[in-house]
Amino acid sequence: MSELVEALLAGKHSALARVITKIENRSPGYRDVVSALHRHTGHAEVIGVTGSPGAGKSTLVDKVAAEYRDRGHTVGVIAIDPSSPYSGGAVLGDRIRMASNAGDMDVFFRSMSARGSLGGLSTATTDAVTALDAFGKDYVVVETVGAGQNEVDIVRTADTVAVLVPPGSGDDVQMLKAGILEIGDVFVVNKADLDGADRTVQQLREMLQGRSTAGHHGASGTEVAGTTEDGGAAEDGWEPPIVETVANRSEGVGEFLAALSDHGDYLDRTGGREQQARDRFAAEIRTLLREDANRMVAAELDRGGGLDAYLDAVMARETDPYTVVDEVLEPLRDCLDGRSEHGE
Amino acid sequence: MSVEREQDERTIRCLVAKVGLDGHDRGAHVIARALRDAGFEVIYSGLHRSPDEVVQAAVQEDVDVVGISILSGAHKTLVPRILDGLREYDAFDDRLVLVGGIVPDDDQAELRELGVDEIFGPGASMDEMIGYIREQAPDR
Repeated sequence: MSELVEALLAGKHSALARVITKIENRSPGYRDVVSALHRHTGHAEVIGVTGSPGAGKSTLVDKVAAEYRDRGHTVGVIAIDPSSPYSGGAVLGDRIRMASNAGDMDVFFRSMSARGSLGGLSTATTDAVTALDAFGKDYVVVETVGAGQNEVDIVRTADTVAVLVPPGSGDDVQMLKAGILEIGDVFVVNKADLDGADRTVQQLREMLQGRSTAGHHGASGTEVAGTTEDGGAAEDGWEPPIVETVANRSEGVGEFLAALSDHGDYLDRTGGREQQARDRFAAEIRTLLREDANRMVAAELDRGGGLDAYLDAVMARETDPYTVVDEVLEPLRDCLDGRSEHGE
Repeated sequence: MSVEREQDERTIRCLVAKVGLDGHDRGAHVIARALRDAGFEVIYSGLHRSPDEVVQAAVQEDVDVVGISILSGAHKTLVPRILDGLREYDAFDDRLVLVGGIVPDDDQAELRELGVDEIFGPGASMDEMIGYIREQAPDR
């Protein structure tokens, strides 16, 4: 086991920070580190928090972390911000709002940027959660702006997903649109002291009533409900609660935590937690397989002189993309066929 | 393709920290934006941070560069406390520590002796600072 892994498991903050950096940079050896950490995980409760910019996610997360600390737990927070599509740079500003936990090292707050890669970010986030879990954090909160598919992927890392909806965030049709409203296990109308909050709660309630209860978490397509016998027919759905908060005054934080905890209990009761974990690992394995297979194919292309020669031939109508792919993959196919014939 | 580029080119992370009592952060915002446009990841601390909070951010975010902006004249008390904190968490050796603001010459020498790598005064150009960081950011 590497020194870095040992130092992380021994509770060294700088080692945890460095591991996350390695994960973000995909530095050489990061996979070995994540592999070594895996067996030390499975204890943290992971909560995803998403919602539109300005919904008050960071402020709420700050208060949530402070409340967990008051109850004697340790907390890790990963806050994801977008990066510039031009320079790749980013200003990661969520830390500013972590004022309640300033100077408390047992709240480990880490900013991550999207770094322009779609699939890569969710892998990196999953691995960073692994690091925080192995470090021994009781709760890990993943906070991200909900603006598209990317975010939906990221919150799949979480056991429980909270979606923040600010008052006055559009008409009824906005709420009918597909996307982040489908992934919430708990809904939060933050800034509930503002005009229009009641109406937003009402709209949310109507939207949620129309939502089928089975498989709602399932961005993964899994029907959480009814998979176990002891879950019972009466219990077989999760009705997402709507919590009203005024995060900057710490109002409603207790109710929010209670809602999160209820969902956790629900997952335990129905066997949903285990199913979620299985789905998550399945997705992770598929992603890694795809990434590695891509890399192998890219290397094979390079060995064959790169894409350009093929492109010239395709442009000259001497060959076509399908034939090119067949040619490039032929050795791979032969090799795998050969293996299976030998009964491996 | 972008995946491969990411592997070759490390993203430099910088903390832009306002420490102590001074309440002006226009300059810090300008610097944060310039560093962002240079392709760095910038963590901005917000105003009125204590040295402990700056250390906490520098350690947890694992930044390559700790940039401390002070206009209040309190650099002689605040900067050493940040340096000590970084050392306490084994987070000093492999990081650049930069100070920006108004620091008299005598104090500059003192801060450098304590471990500050570079001091950028009011006349410093952004390109100079970005070039310095690109060259000096520790390989790790």
